[in-house]
Amino acid sequence: MKSLFSALAGFLRRLGAPVSGALIGLGQGTRFLFAMLAASGTCLRRPGLVVREMYFVGVLSLIIIVVSALFVGMVLGLQMYETLQRFGSGDVVGMVVALALVRELGPVLAALLIASRAGSALTAEIGLMKTTEQLSAMEMMAIQPLSRVVAPRFWAGFLSVPLLTSVFNVVGIYGGYLVAVEGLGVDAGTFWSQMQNAVDFRLDVVNGIIKSLFFGAAIMLIAVYQGYQAAPTAAGVAMATTQTVVRSALIILGMDFVLTAFMFTGMGS
Amino acid sequence: MTTNGHSDNLVDMRKVDFAYGERAVLQDINMQVPRGRIVAIMGGSGSGKTTLLRLIGGQVKPSRGEVIVDGRSLAGLRNKEMFELRRTMGMLFQMGALFTDMNVFDNVAFQMRENTDLPEPLIRDLVLMKLHAVGLRGAWNLMPSQLSGGMARRVALARAIALDPTLIMYDEPFAGLDPISLAVVSRLIRTLNDALGATSIIVTHEKESLNIVDYVYLVSGGTIIAGGTPEEIQQTSDPYVRQFVDAQPDGPVAFHYPAPDYREMLGL
Repeated sequence: MKSLFSALAGFLRRLGAPVSGALIGLGQGTRFLFAMLAASGTCLRRPGLVVREMYFVGVLSLIIIVVSALFVGMVLGLQMYETLQRFGSGDVVGMVVALALVRELGPVLAALLIASRAGSALTAEIGLMKTTEQLSAMEMMAIQPLSRVVAPRFWAGFLSVPLLTSVFNVVGIYGGYLVAVEGLGVDAGTFWSQMQNAVDFRLDVVNGIIKSLFFGAAIMLIAVYQGYQAAPTAAGVAMATTQTVVRSALIILGMDFVLTAFMFTGMGS
Repeated sequence: MTTNGHSDNLVDMRKVDFAYGERAVLQDINMQVPRGRIVAIMGGSGSGKTTLLRLIGGQVKPSRGEVIVDGRSLAGLRNKEMFELRRTMGMLFQMGALFTDMNVFDNVAFQMRENTDLPEPLIRDLVLMKLHAVGLRGAWNLMPSQLSGGMARRVALARAIALDPTLIMYDEPFAGLDPISLAVVSRLIRTLNDALGATSIIVTHEKESLNIVDYVYLVSGGTIIAGGTPEEIQQTSDPYVRQFVDAQPDGPVAFHYPAPDYREMLGL
């Protein structure tokens, strides 16, 4: 009887440990978020700090965003045209490419790319600053690392994601244009007018940008939090960097489903 | 005596215990650092020396006891007051902890730009003076990655004294330095302390520091086991102190980490 109880207790413990671990992690992340928001006043007083980080997060991510968007748009144009052509509606390729990009592929792919290009870099940078005692040194100089190091990076990333997503959308559509119009001979006027008729600015473009705001907040929070709480060793920083990419990817895809369900269901009716 | 801010001791630790979670790091620490003096905290690696500095800087809180800095008990300070107090402290970190994304000049200027309203031309002059004091005025535009270990330590020292602190703390200032750099840094510590009228605490395991300090605390296993002037320490007959000063591998501090019987473990 006693051993049955202890087996049961052990089972419950094994069941409970990961759950409470996850809840503790969630709680710590939330507390970190509020502490960082409270420390964000510096970013308003000194926008230069944010602008400087936007260069690293945003401008330096431009190349990968532009190149990826171009190829995604070209592939979309090619695939869609081939399929649509079978039903004799190859002309609507412009509309399909644009809708796919602004609603889904733009926000999601841009966010995934930014998470792996900039998010991981932020985690590694903050983690190494912690490992080499730079954050500690700042604290001893009576300067809050949260307001001087963490918050500017968070806001810079948060602002960069929708901007990069817009660039992704535009370049992607241009990639589709190159393939469909220049390559496959779709009429340019039809390509653009079909797109103009079908894409609604408020429902499609703005919703896509709203998505990217959510993604930006999630990626950057994960990135700075992982860096800030990384174990101050080489292995710890490596682990935190990996976690940033993995968790960002999962959260982006999960959130995308939920946001899509809210934004785009019932639109056809 | 401790509330008027003019006590003879700049730092006063009373019956301080500290633990990281379950692991006790320091027990029953009583330590006084008189104003204007240089005090060394010596002891083996992992004996809790660095934690002592973090306690004085208010970065960690004691689990028992009281830390008093400049007449103020740290436990009662609010965050803002703690930050005010830290502006009167300078700290040299173990590996320098220079900001790797800024050059030497900006590293030294950092605290002046963040914490004061000094105009940029004045900051420029001050930074050059601090760099001149550590002999690196000519290196102002180098990045931390271009500096040797000894130079990085000196830049960090210039940064630590940027706002003329009344208390300067050094965490292993001599670790990994060649003999020349070591002599340079140790002389600088003495000169700067006396020139600034500051008080210094050096955490170290180098015997070299015995030449420049006024008082020594020996720490082992999380407690203070001896204290005295460098002469007293060098002449003592206390077995632990002798082992440390004479650098003997075995003695009261055992060479072997506690382990089961050797023959048993080898299955003999």
